[in-house]
Amino acid sequence: MSALPVRSRYVASFVTLRRSVTNNLVTGVAIVSTALVLVPLVAILGYLLYKGASSLNLAFFTHVPVPVGDPGGGMANAIVGSAAILGLASLLGIPLGIGAGVYLAEYARGTWMGAAVRFTADVLNGVPSIVMGLAAYSLIVAKQQHFSGLAGGVALAIMMVPTVARTTEEMLATVPNPIREAALGLGIPKWRTVLSVSLRTASPGIITGCMLAFARVAGETAPLLFTAFGNQFWSFDLNQPIAALPLQIYVYALSPYDEWHRLAWAGALVLIVMIMASVTLVRIFANRGALKGGH
Amino acid sequence: MGVDIRVENLNAWYGPVHTLHDVNLHIPANHATALIGPSGCGKSTFVRCLNRMHETNPAARAEGKVLMGELDIYKDATPVEIRRRVGMVFQRPNPFPTMSIYDNVASGLKLNGFRKKRVLDEVVERSLRQAALWDEVKDDLKKKSGASISGGQQQRLCIARALAVDPEVLLMDEPASALDPVSTAKIEDLIFKLKSQYTIVIVTHNMQQAARVAENTGFFLMGKLVEFAATTKIFTNPSDKRTEDYITGRFG
Repeated sequence: MSALPVRSRYVASFVTLRRSVTNNLVTGVAIVSTALVLVPLVAILGYLLYKGASSLNLAFFTHVPVPVGDPGGGMANAIVGSAAILGLASLLGIPLGIGAGVYLAEYARGTWMGAAVRFTADVLNGVPSIVMGLAAYSLIVAKQQHFSGLAGGVALAIMMVPTVARTTEEMLATVPNPIREAALGLGIPKWRTVLSVSLRTASPGIITGCMLAFARVAGETAPLLFTAFGNQFWSFDLNQPIAALPLQIYVYALSPYDEWHRLAWAGALVLIVMIMASVTLVRIFANRGALKGGH
Repeated sequence: MGVDIRVENLNAWYGPVHTLHDVNLHIPANHATALIGPSGCGKSTFVRCLNRMHETNPAARAEGKVLMGELDIYKDATPVEIRRRVGMVFQRPNPFPTMSIYDNVASGLKLNGFRKKRVLDEVVERSLRQAALWDEVKDDLKKKSGASISGGQQQRLCIARALAVDPEVLLMDEPASALDPVSTAKIEDLIFKLKSQYTIVIVTHNMQQAARVAENTGFFLMGKLVEFAATTKIFTNPSDKRTEDYITGRFG
């Protein structure tokens, strides 16, 4: 009778010790992993700031590139071009992606077609970006016989669709079914329920997904190489070759000229700041109408 | 005003599982009718057949006749039309979390394209008063989310939301089972007041609740309606042995 409690006390203290060692070990591994992820990120940002900020001036934002050897010049046309291509890509890719996500989550759950679309989206997500460029090249550039901002926008839009579609689907899946039933129970038609209840409830997550897709394609160079092509001059015509920041950075960084290297650093910094600014702006804008409380 | 409901030979299935067997029932207008029975006996399925919510599950189907007044709801109308005339309150409060209290109540009208602000204001106030919630929320109507108030308040908000579309029938699927006793008492008071204007069908696990609010009670067991009679008769002198076993706590 008396031997058992002693033994179990011994076992208990052993178990406690083992658990606390395991606990500390796993926590430690998590902290080290986080640091390993953060170090390169902070290093890149810091180095970019150090290299890029010194080359930034007003001319960078107001002037177009100048020939090699001439001092000064900027990337104004590339900034505008990037904005135009990304605007077009978002305009095409986000509605299409959200539409596909709504189909997957609200209409095709458990169907053969839904599984096929989901699988296709996942495969499309893993396709190298240069292949997207080739697709847009053969779909648009080869037909039109010239490079264009339009083709660049389409290439980036195709890249955005799978990310947006899958996050939309996943976010809609988190909307509790009783909320849908509440709407249907009021005699609200299904399409209205999807638009005004399901999508609205899932909107914070869907916006995050769209921003992720946007940030990812904003820095893409490969799909633009033989679609938007780049342009040394001002161009606002989406039907013509147009400059883009990643392209300009790519060309300048590979050049043998110090002046161009400087500008490439500045360009990279501006690109990152632009992405961060647009993501932040969308967040602020999306949060403006939010109500107190909620969940 | 409420209408009566006449159910004839109603059968329902979830996939291959036959969950309702030949239910025949007459629910009188402007009264509260309680449905009791152990979990899984088909009482929730039954009320979901009365506003055709049952068929929102792709694997589910129902057969039989349900007459709401003169209207055969499975033949003469679409599910959307039916649901505008039959309000539903669910087991767990389910206000729309992204909408304000005001928009929650107005949603049935607004999302069906109704936009006249003055009328909406009136409907929202009337419905919240009917649900005995007006005094508690009138200062936060457009500021607070429907999900930010307490559970009991949320459930009354859901009742107000259902009343705002001016239904003839109100279905309540265990409306108080997720609530504390004080909130439960408030919901029961409401049912008591509302039943003069609406036909109320309430599913409940709580037999005292059925006895308190309903004139008639039906007892379901394994997908069949075992007995349907005046509540006092069901609880004092049931004609079926199984009803007696259930209400005296011998099973379920």
